[in-house]
Amino acid sequence: MSMATHRFSAFHFASPATFHPLAGRLQPVFMALAIVLAAIGLYLGLWVAPTDAQQGEGYRIIFVHVPASWMSMFLYCVMAFWAAVGLAFNIRLAAMLASALAPTGALFAFLSLATGSLWGKPMWGTWWVWDARLTSELILFFLYIGFIALQASIDDPRRADKAGAILALVGVVNIPIIYFSVVWWNTLHQGASVSMTKSPSMAQTMLLAMLLMALSFWMYSIAVALARLRNIVLERESQTEWVRHAMA
Amino acid sequence: MQWHSAAEFFAMGGYAVYVWGSFGLCAVALVAEPLLLRRRRQQIERSLKRRRAADHATGAWAGMRTGESR
Repeated sequence: MSMATHRFSAFHFASPATFHPLAGRLQPVFMALAIVLAAIGLYLGLWVAPTDAQQGEGYRIIFVHVPASWMSMFLYCVMAFWAAVGLAFNIRLAAMLASALAPTGALFAFLSLATGSLWGKPMWGTWWVWDARLTSELILFFLYIGFIALQASIDDPRRADKAGAILALVGVVNIPIIYFSVVWWNTLHQGASVSMTKSPSMAQTMLLAMLLMALSFWMYSIAVALARLRNIVLERESQTEWVRHAMA
Repeated sequence: MQWHSAAEFFAMGGYAVYVWGSFGLCAVALVAEPLLLRRRRQQIERSLKRRRAADHATGAWAGMRTGESR
């Protein structure tokens, strides 16, 4: 491999020119992992896991709702982290990674709200309530949209990186609010536990299915973020010699 | 195995619209995003190659910052 000829350093892959081909090789690996994990997770969640005592089969929405919600919060933290790294150390690739994560985070926030709504209707009798958990998740969705819109509105990419980073960092305060909202406020949204009809071993099936789906969404997020990052790198570095060679 | 028949599976105990709606929405979104990214990538590659070809056609200007005013 040609990489062996380079002298390794922590900043080696921070260079867009070396990162671009590496990401191209990693991306299908993460996507394949996501598909395999989802296949097992869906099999366990839809086929093997038992019926819930209170919610019947309706509870199965949990296998997409909870992983989507976790990813929406987790990706925001990852996005804010890389935005901060880009801001503090002036690393272009870190800032580009933050931009690459935002649309996927927004998508998961949307899926969290939409699947939550589809769950709320049969269980609570309403698509939506202005409850602490739901409202703070909606704010998270708006933070993602605000980040994307702010960066899109600034022509100079380096200034767009900086402005986006500041917005992302301020918005981090919302993450613990979402997480602890079910504890801090009286809310319609249920806590973490779901009661089972059957033996405790079956509860583990549900937990395992949920964790596999969450892992799948995680691997998916990495694959998609790498794909988007490659696009951003190619667009932003289009005037450089290495892109000209890569496109030869 | 929870289910006695395919019909029972698809009925989801009366919650079919909500359960399949949730899973279907996620499936559509998570399939569409990678496809859109792949299409975007092809667009970028095409435009970069077109620009490179144009640079060659106008002479030995490859590498120079020409034609970037657009």
